[in-house]
Amino acid sequence: MIPLELTVNGRPESETVEPRLLLSDFLRSRLGLTGTHVGCEHGVCGACTVRLDGVAVRSCLLLAVQADGAEVVTVEGLAREGKLTRLQQAFHEHHALQCGFCTPGILIAAEDLLSREGTPTREEIVDMLSGQLCRCTGYTSIVDAIVEVAGA
Amino acid sequence: MKPAPLRYLRPGTLEEALGALAEHGGEAKILAGGQSLVPALNMRVARPGVLVDVNRLSALADVRSENGSVVVGATVRQADARLLHHPLLAEALPHVGHFVTRNRGTVVGSVAHADPAAELPLCLVALGGSVLARSSRAERELPASDFFVAHYTTALEPDELVVETRWPAPQEGWGYAFCEFAQRRGDYALCMAAAVATGAELRVAVGSVVDRPTLLAVDPERPGESAAAQVEPWGNVHASPAYLKELVRVLVDRAVARARERAAT
Repeated sequence: MIPLELTVNGRPESETVEPRLLLSDFLRSRLGLTGTHVGCEHGVCGACTVRLDGVAVRSCLLLAVQADGAEVVTVEGLAREGKLTRLQQAFHEHHALQCGFCTPGILIAAEDLLSREGTPTREEIVDMLSGQLCRCTGYTSIVDAIVEVAGA
Repeated sequence: MKPAPLRYLRPGTLEEALGALAEHGGEAKILAGGQSLVPALNMRVARPGVLVDVNRLSALADVRSENGSVVVGATVRQADARLLHHPLLAEALPHVGHFVTRNRGTVVGSVAHADPAAELPLCLVALGGSVLARSSRAERELPASDFFVAHYTTALEPDELVVETRWPAPQEGWGYAFCEFAQRRGDYALCMAAAVATGAELRVAVGSVVDRPTLLAVDPERPGESAAAQVEPWGNVHASPAYLKELVRVLVDRAVARARERAAT
């Protein structure tokens, strides 16, 4: 067992974990943050995407112990005081989700893309979404929502 | 879909990391970005007893120019903007995994993993780059063409760590091109080709259709055709050997044409 200290959604957490515990399972089962979804567990679907020290990463491809000292933000950490972010609001307005399984990962990945220098083009947004699987929407509404926030 | 029990070591210095590899080499795996290793752990196709996490080795996070090469350290992520100054890397990197996996995956990890369908090993071979391996015993530089041995197999010894990769820097008047064909964006390529065109010389390498990234001596007049004649793809569930040979012909011609065009402008 290994001690682990990190910040999740602004809250300091201190736990002891087995080294083989994945960050995705740590967030869900130890912290109860079940907004981080687990689909494929081998990095393909993107549902488990969280922000680690400012960048979007697959939480199923990280051991929890690797996040020692890090700042993690999950989908639960995006809205502040019950107020949706611009991107969440755009998802709502464009009906950019149906079952919602992929949504947390897509929000985190898209926030990362939008935080980069320059305005992403529609094509770059589509390219980013190639790593975030959605089986309901056909993506068009998701792309529209992200494009609106990007101002592309 | 969870890793088997393992020991986790997080060395703070290169010396500690090399010491851990000297002690556990055969049963240890080096954990860098983990974008290929952790899926293998989750599926238990890899069950190392010990993981040596090199992510905290800040001395290996550099990208620098040295002796005509771009030197990329072991913990540099594929998303690192400094890599985009090299035209071949700039063209190949968007094909490596996905936006999110490039945030974590490392250049050196991809090279050391030696997946025959990986873009970065192909680029290293096409450029005639090299790999610097360290162990607690010694340090050695391996040319890329000697480093890759077969599928997921390199010339590394169990106690060696790739501390950096060396990518010959772009030269004035040279043209670089990378092309691949994958069924889905970000998926494994069925075939890929890289070309470096200089005034007099043409370097062509192909990947995915061979067991390691492979440099081919091509006929400058008919590069695609002569490249296709030199490979014997096995074929797979997605494509027959004949189809893969045709992809070699098309992609090599395309890469060579683009590299020549860029060399001329």
